[in-house]
Amino acid sequence: MEHTVVSASKFNAWFGDNHAVKDVSISIEKNQVIAVMGPSGCGKTTFLRCINRMHELIPGATTKGSLKLYADDIYTMNPIYVRYKIGMVFQRPNPFPNLSIYDNVVAGYKLNGLKMAKADMDHIVEKSLTSAALWNEVKDSLHKKGTFLSGGQQQRLCIARAIAMEPEVILFDEPTSALDPISTSSVEQLFHELKEKYTLIIVTHNMQQAARVSDKTAFFYVGELVEFDDTKTMFTAPTDVRTQNYITGRFS
Amino acid sequence: MDARIGIRNTKSVLFKSVIIFLAFVITIPLIIVLLYIIKQGVMQVNWHFLTNIPAPVGEAGGGISNALLGSFIIVVMSSIIAIPVGVLAGIYLSENAGTRLAYYSGLCVDILQGVPSIVVGIAVYFWVVKPLGTFSAVSGSIALSIMMLPIVIRSTEQTLLLLPDTLKEAALSLGVPYHRVILKVIVPCGFAGILSGIMLSVARIIGETAPLLFTAFGNPYLSTAITKPMETLPHLIYTYATSPYDDWHNLAWGASFILLMFVLLLNIFTKLITRKWNIQL
Ligand SMILES: Nc1ncnc2c1ncn2[C@@H]1O[C@H](COP(=O)(O)OP(=O)(O)OP(=O)(O)O)[C@@H](O)[C@H]1O
Ligand SMILES: [Mg+2]
Repeated sequence: MEHTVVSASKFNAWFGDNHAVKDVSISIEKNQVIAVMGPSGCGKTTFLRCINRMHELIPGATTKGSLKLYADDIYTMNPIYVRYKIGMVFQRPNPFPNLSIYDNVVAGYKLNGLKMAKADMDHIVEKSLTSAALWNEVKDSLHKKGTFLSGGQQQRLCIARAIAMEPEVILFDEPTSALDPISTSSVEQLFHELKEKYTLIIVTHNMQQAARVSDKTAFFYVGELVEFDDTKTMFTAPTDVRTQNYITGRFS
Repeated sequence: MDARIGIRNTKSVLFKSVIIFLAFVITIPLIIVLLYIIKQGVMQVNWHFLTNIPAPVGEAGGGISNALLGSFIIVVMSSIIAIPVGVLAGIYLSENAGTRLAYYSGLCVDILQGVPSIVVGIAVYFWVVKPLGTFSAVSGSIALSIMMLPIVIRSTEQTLLLLPDTLKEAALSLGVPYHRVILKVIVPCGFAGILSGIMLSVARIIGETAPLLFTAFGNPYLSTAITKPMETLPHLIYTYATSPYDDWHNLAWGASFILLMFVLLLNIFTKLITRKWNIQL
């Protein structure tokens, strides 16, 4: 029983006339962790930001081709709805500095002006922080500012913020590259638990990380999706020579 | 080798002393002015002085209540005009930094900042006072709000430019519409900076006399009618200090002292606010 959650077919993205994503076709199944890898500047971030329609916010940015969430075309849906359904966690932890930990978690509701009973909100906060493995550390200081937390805690707070919206998919753009090894391993730990409920797409430069956490790996090279396969296969027997070079180049 | 380090150390000590000396020297005029005004003014100030209108020539006593109330009303009205316009313009400039329109708007703001206040006064005289046929508090407020605008706009813009883009992206990625991102995230995060810009602009205009000469003019009586002439502290100081009577000179000194205290307090509050409410990014 496998369901396709996100699928792209011949999807392209540009910055002005810089063709950053070229004819990408991919289909991503539910409850999987997908690692996206490739050399710097190959369009990983750009592709990720196309999936929740953040790409179009940059002046001059355009797209072509089809990108679907289940059966719906992402580019004909309301972008606000797309972003409810597809959460994002950024490279640097970016909790809202003006909000408490509590309000940061429910920021998606509060900032959108969605009214909710206090009890329901408490419930969402506890559930999301627990899923983000942060509840025990912050349960006594929920009303402190989120920016008082350590970098790793802040990143888990941002994950909790994304989870709170109950999205289908969560996008991670190098989520651990600004974190120390201990915080990194606690975030990696999380991926295993989160995939029970969500589909995760993770851009990473760290091959060991990709190998540890992902079910499948997509390899991008100068805007193209070169190879997409089971992570094991990708790391042991890649078919494309560019993937091979990249992987061996790093390991040797 | 040791000798050279010794020479360097002496040079560095010398350099430091010169800087400290110069820093001290530039505070001297400020201190002299402050002390002089305090000496002349503080004796005048008492409850009677704050709650009574100026006495006619030859009568003892009298105060500046008309100017206090007038300055208050006019500053509030100027703020009501300048703050919304200035903050919105500042948001526009920071959000659209780099566009042609923002560049030219910014240029206009800089030019407006450089326009002498008396010119602003004359302009408002022709736009408002002449058509209405009378000096009025409203026209004074319009003139002062024009003086406030560039400060509010630039300080809002500079504050918001310092906020990282990732903050906006965090909100947008949660499906928050753009206008709510601005109102609920960007403005609250820059609140301390925006507020301190507003307070500095108030400190800047509270002592402006020139634009009020042809607009609010002045009024020896307590008045709250905004379509009529109204007294203000700087205008009162101007009229009474240039009169030939000693009693009136004292009134002007007292008013100067009050005005000075107000500006000082405003500056101190601004510093405190920026320190206390500044949001740690
Ligand atoms: N905001 C932008 N404006 C214009 N061009 C951009 C912008 N962001 C990225 N690009 C260009 O798009 C291409 C792909 O960039 P992208 O950020 O997607 O790469 P990446 O694979 O995420 O790289 P990295 O591993 O360094 O994060 C690059 O050629 C880059 O120069
Ligand atoms: Mg990137």
